[in-house]
Amino acid sequence: MGTYLIRRFFLMLLTLFGISVLVFVMLRLVPGNIADILFDAAGMINTAEKHDLEKQLGIDQPIIVQYGQWIGGLARGDLGYSYVSEKPAIQEIAPRIPITAKLAGLALMFSIVFGVPLGVLSAVKQNSGLDYVLRVISLSGLSMPSFWLGLLILMAFVHFFGTIPIYTNPPVGFWNTLALYSVPAAAVGFRSSALVMRLTRSSMLEVLRQDYIRTARAKGASDQNVNYHHALRNALLPVVTVIGIEAAFLMGGLIVTETVFNIPGIARFLVEAIRWRDYPIVQNLVMFIAVVAVSVNFLIDLLYAALDPRIRYAS
Amino acid sequence: MTTKLNVLAAGMLALASATCAQAAEPKSGGIMRFYHRETPPSLSIHEEATFSVNAPAMALFNNLVVYDQHKPQNSMDTIVPDLAESWAWSKDNLTLTFKLHQGVKWHDGQPFTSKDVKCTFDLIQGKGQDKFRKNPRKDLFKNITDVTTNGDYEVTLHLSRPQPSILAMLATGYTPMYSCHVPAAQMRTHPIGTGPFMFGEFKQNESIKLVKNPNYFKKGLPYLDGIEYTIIPNRATAVLAFVAGKVDATFPTEMTSALIKDIKSQDPTAICEIAPINVSSNLIVNRENPPFNNPDLRKAMALSLDRKAFIDIIFQGQGDAGGTMLPPPEGVWGLPPDILKTIPGYGDVAKSREEARAIMTKLGYSADKPLKIKVSTRNLATYRDPAVVLIDQLKTIYIDAELEPVESSAWFAKVARNDYSVGLNLTGNGIDDPDQAFYENYACGSERNYTHYCNKDIEALFDKQSVETDVEKRKKMVWDIDKKLQEDVARPILMHGRSGMCWKPYVKNLTVMNNSVYNGYRYEDLWLDK
Repeated sequence: MGTYLIRRFFLMLLTLFGISVLVFVMLRLVPGNIADILFDAAGMINTAEKHDLEKQLGIDQPIIVQYGQWIGGLARGDLGYSYVSEKPAIQEIAPRIPITAKLAGLALMFSIVFGVPLGVLSAVKQNSGLDYVLRVISLSGLSMPSFWLGLLILMAFVHFFGTIPIYTNPPVGFWNTLALYSVPAAAVGFRSSALVMRLTRSSMLEVLRQDYIRTARAKGASDQNVNYHHALRNALLPVVTVIGIEAAFLMGGLIVTETVFNIPGIARFLVEAIRWRDYPIVQNLVMFIAVVAVSVNFLIDLLYAALDPRIRYAS
Repeated sequence: MTTKLNVLAAGMLALASATCAQAAEPKSGGIMRFYHRETPPSLSIHEEATFSVNAPAMALFNNLVVYDQHKPQNSMDTIVPDLAESWAWSKDNLTLTFKLHQGVKWHDGQPFTSKDVKCTFDLIQGKGQDKFRKNPRKDLFKNITDVTTNGDYEVTLHLSRPQPSILAMLATGYTPMYSCHVPAAQMRTHPIGTGPFMFGEFKQNESIKLVKNPNYFKKGLPYLDGIEYTIIPNRATAVLAFVAGKVDATFPTEMTSALIKDIKSQDPTAICEIAPINVSSNLIVNRENPPFNNPDLRKAMALSLDRKAFIDIIFQGQGDAGGTMLPPPEGVWGLPPDILKTIPGYGDVAKSREEARAIMTKLGYSADKPLKIKVSTRNLATYRDPAVVLIDQLKTIYIDAELEPVESSAWFAKVARNDYSVGLNLTGNGIDDPDQAFYENYACGSERNYTHYCNKDIEALFDKQSVETDVEKRKKMVWDIDKKLQEDVARPILMHGRSGMCWKPYVKNLTVMNNSVYNGYRYEDLWLDK
């Protein structure tokens, strides 16, 4: 197991290195840089001023030099400065992480709390009226665009309650925070829970057809014991994989939800930074999301071993 | 009997006036909440050219003189004192001397003096040690040869030639006074001004907060405790936020007539106003490369334009046809309708297109053999939509065009290096003044003269109108120039758009400017009746 952990760690480092090179190069391939954007807003190009600005920001240097400066800074904990706000990049990025983490965490909880039990119920009550209702709900969750659903929710709140659950100021206190984040989390969680539900259902159905389940029933085990103790644990393996992927996606993929509900999280900030070609912000944010994704995948792999005793990682 | 009635009427009138006066008494306190459409590139007004900056930042500063914030039409007649309490031209109109208010302080407590005025112009003209990162309006003040001070409260601008419009340029929201002691770089992120509000915080993608300046030199002002701009880039969310009362007003110019209708249906008490924004949609043609180096071809394109169709489709009828200058009544200098209709392309559309087709036939084009071109434009809806209408109209004169959307950040660089044949552009005017419009957009070598139009005879007319101090005489000269520019197909103007803003009924003293979107955001006497 120790060897496995060391090997995985180095693989993670290699993956992160690859991502760093990819994001760095792709950013420079995209037309325009911060100087172009800033002058674009002024409706003119002054070549001398533009060149001075590029020199000031160091983006006139050869690409390999720029990469070296970035990675060297990263190793020292120096994430550079935002080209737009001119503040340290860490000061811009750090406060936004908990905002997205809260939203993503709540959405994930929503998807697990609703997705798994409803998936089990749907499988156990296969082809019943309840099963059909749940399957229609899950299909609608997968079909509805989150942008549309989010706006629909906002319009309903304005129409029926005269209020709108969007972020305008940081919420104070636990209940205010929960109230603010629960609506967008539900909008995102609806789709995620639909996915988890459908996967849980199909995985459960496969496991419930196994011989050992029939044996357990024949030995007099109760339905609850069979479904939750014997079947669910084995059915969870593919579900855990999807939840892991969803968790990684949620950290960086909530751009639509953050835009509609006006939440100043990292996804919306990342898109804004790309629009500005704010290289330090984009590069560091992408690396942060990559670290989260790689770490979550690693944790999921370890969870497999906990869930299924047959899985042991080779020494 | 008549006398008694008159006395009664007078008494009732007096009572009504007293009641109105009482009801209109401003209340102090409260935070005014706007939504903002995007994160501004910085808060340094001098370095930027978008009213996304002026709207939040103008309240932080004062100018030497300013347009009256409650007269919707900015003109030379509405310029009022600000940091300068008076001003006077010399007899030869070559020097303009300002007497400054005493006792004015910067937000950090330092005194405002005439040296700060000199420092501001040194920055604008690039003469000082400190430099702007970008300087989009440097050329507006190139006629100022020197700025001298006489003690702490008198400053004189020296001009190389008379230029009455200098006052207009000083009065625009684009020309606040900066200090000597605050670096230009800090003004982008934590500006220090003398204005009614002080910088509170600026969080990218989140909000801009201003707080009341308790030491503002205009006693009793401002009424508000602060102003907050919540950045809501999604317009649907922003409109819902306004209807739900999360914000007290929308962002200037963001409301189309369709959105206003929607708002009024959900909140009938909302006050909404649509006004010209002094931004024109126009056609830019590369006159240096064939086939558009042929003036007849350019003329044919100009004749094909149906401006009413543009206005109806893009602005649902809320727009105006005109020349370079914003059309009257809101525009001070715009071509009057009787002159406009004499310009080719502004009269009968069918007849103009017939004439255009005749030109195209002579040039060898026809329905079976159209001229194939690309119409380039910025990849933004406000550019793309009129470009699509343009392509449709060019079809009527045997021009088969394909839309080429250009990534926003690459647009001006592409145009600057002449890498286009026909383009659709939007031009915003910071001031409703011919000097700004003509020199910026049509002077030889100007950075915003995208078509590289260069006509020395017309430029001589620019200079002639620029020195004219009689407004009525100057107007006639401006009309003559504008007519010539349109006839020369320098940059055919498709339309001048109108757009709107809404606010809650308890917001008082908010005035929408109707000939510039860069000027009306001082908010020193804005108050909330709640």
